[in-house]
Amino acid sequence: MSKKQKQTLYRILLSAALLIAAALLPLEGWPRLAVFLIPYALIGWDVLWRAVRNIAHGEIFDENFLMSLATVGALCVGEYPEAVFVMLFYQVGELFQSYAVDQSRKSIASLMDIRPDYANLEVDGRIQQTDPEDVAVGDIILVKPGERIPLDGDVVEGTSTLDTAALTGESLPRSVGPGESVVSGCVNLSGLLRVEVTKPFEESTVAKILDLVENASAKKAKAENFITKFARYYTPAVVLAAVVLAVLPPLALGWAWTDAILRALNFLVVSCPCALVISVPLSFFGGIGRASRQGILVKGGSYLEVLARTETVVFDKTGTLTKGVFQVTAVHPEQGTEAELLELAALAEAYSDHPISRSLKTAYGKPLEPERVSHVEELSGRGVRAVVDGKEVCAGNDKLMEEIGAAWKPCHQVGTVVHVAVDGVYGGHIMISDQVKEDAKEAIAALKGLGVKRTVMLTGDAAAVGEAVAQELGLDEVHTQLLPAGKVERVEALLTETSAKGALAFVGDGINDAPVLSRADIGIAMGGLGSDAAIEAADVVLMDDKPSKLAEAVDIARRTLGIVRQNIIFALGVKALVLILSAMGKATMWAAVFADVGVSVIAILNAMRALGFGRKGKV
Amino acid sequence: MKKRFKLMDLDCANCAAKMEDAIKRIEGVNSCTVSFMAQKLTLDAEDIRFDAILQEAIKVCKRIEPDCTVIL
Repeated sequence: MSKKQKQTLYRILLSAALLIAAALLPLEGWPRLAVFLIPYALIGWDVLWRAVRNIAHGEIFDENFLMSLATVGALCVGEYPEAVFVMLFYQVGELFQSYAVDQSRKSIASLMDIRPDYANLEVDGRIQQTDPEDVAVGDIILVKPGERIPLDGDVVEGTSTLDTAALTGESLPRSVGPGESVVSGCVNLSGLLRVEVTKPFEESTVAKILDLVENASAKKAKAENFITKFARYYTPAVVLAAVVLAVLPPLALGWAWTDAILRALNFLVVSCPCALVISVPLSFFGGIGRASRQGILVKGGSYLEVLARTETVVFDKTGTLTKGVFQVTAVHPEQGTEAELLELAALAEAYSDHPISRSLKTAYGKPLEPERVSHVEELSGRGVRAVVDGKEVCAGNDKLMEEIGAAWKPCHQVGTVVHVAVDGVYGGHIMISDQVKEDAKEAIAALKGLGVKRTVMLTGDAAAVGEAVAQELGLDEVHTQLLPAGKVERVEALLTETSAKGALAFVGDGINDAPVLSRADIGIAMGGLGSDAAIEAADVVLMDDKPSKLAEAVDIARRTLGIVRQNIIFALGVKALVLILSAMGKATMWAAVFADVGVSVIAILNAMRALGFGRKGKV
Repeated sequence: MKKRFKLMDLDCANCAAKMEDAIKRIEGVNSCTVSFMAQKLTLDAEDIRFDAILQEAIKVCKRIEPDCTVIL
């Protein structure tokens, strides 16, 4: 508790005691007012002062003004204990509110406690503790066991295991060795690592994540905007109703003035919008914090809202549902030997960094002689054309074979087929397969369990491959042989088929699907750890590459939205009820103050649940 | 130009909403958010008049919530 909060607490306790004492004293008339004014002044002077000051600034209808007016009104009609109590309870509520907000800010700050304090910089063979921001690219830093890796880099020396839990929510340690890259924010568990820094601190993973989470609250959700807009009209409207209630019935219906005024004062107390205005952003804040802890970065409350409405999920296949690690599983030459075919294909793809090219080169195994290859031409979505040893070699899919008029043959196995043609004559094909991620099937089932109606997979691969994977995973639909532009078209078509209330989520690895990510209602990139492109392009980033995190994200979003809805309905319901009862003269000022402060407190407690749910394993 | 500022002693969520609303109405402001939870003001305004707009935004904050200060 801060100093300011402690002071308020003492004031509350003291004035509560004075209030009880005043209520017990057998006084009448002016002396009675005087003894009640002591606790009233003690607890309410700052509210009164702020009310006066804000009116001077032209700010009426703020909570200070409403509370002052209601309590002064109560004093005027002789309801002294009520006046003091309302002010007292209001302060209790305010205190609790600021305490609760502080706590949730702190717990989110600790969730995101990944900022490194220092880096052990190696300078002329000596170690210096340096601010990570002062370390340059190419410097060598030392990371001891138990320390957090301060900057992104490559391991030069040493092997160790890393705890990535703070970034990914994954508790299984990851092992690293020389040549491998490490990401800032992970904790080094076992061995000493010498790391060559590859990025300045501002561009490091940690800096990016922190920036993203800190700015998430700037993108406000619709519910948040709704409630602030609502508050803008609600308060003046209720105050106006109070004025009408105080004046009209005594004139028209002959009510007693004090009675009408008391009822109107209740209105003023209930008219505070605080409970709503605070509980909605607090819930979103909690939900975003909760998701971060699981390695799910949500760029704003608005995205949490869309995520909760997810009806269709469109997956990219490679790297999302499958590992994206291709292996040559068969070589079927039409002419020559298997080794010759593989050599030709590997040479033709020598300059390409596509996963398929890499697998061909890996399968070939021998160092390639680049001088044998010339005139390389990458044909997007089809393959590659190159001149190898003076002969024109085309390596790619069946479309490419059709284009050049080679008599290609289908393969009886399921997988990605690379056909090879030499000078327009079909030379055979090579079979490459990708592996499905372990949790992909489970992820699809979990999404279905959450009520996602349609799961679709898009892939550039051949129909047979795509369909086999889709069937294995239990996807509803699959669209194969799509070029990058085709994926955008397909997503657009799916968008029109999505209901007005539902949303379409696209999940990709963020590397070459930026247009689709931005076209979908919500773009989700996977494997954010170490991929800047993914972090930039998407609305939601899954730090590790597990598709099952997606279901978790939807679940967190739904629960957060559930809490938001509960709070809005609860607060409005109680307020409406108390307003009606007050108008009928059935509600006391105590009930009114509960409708304001009590509801705030309950709504805040409910909002804080958003931080806690979904806790699994170690937190 | 878009800049972020920390807000100190922003104690009321409704005031934050009011500030945001009022700052948005200043001429030259493209967008603005006041986050109560993060205690931050994000101001996106015309480059040329940015400083003048910022001063005006600070004045608006002071008017709505005199206890709150914008940390530059």
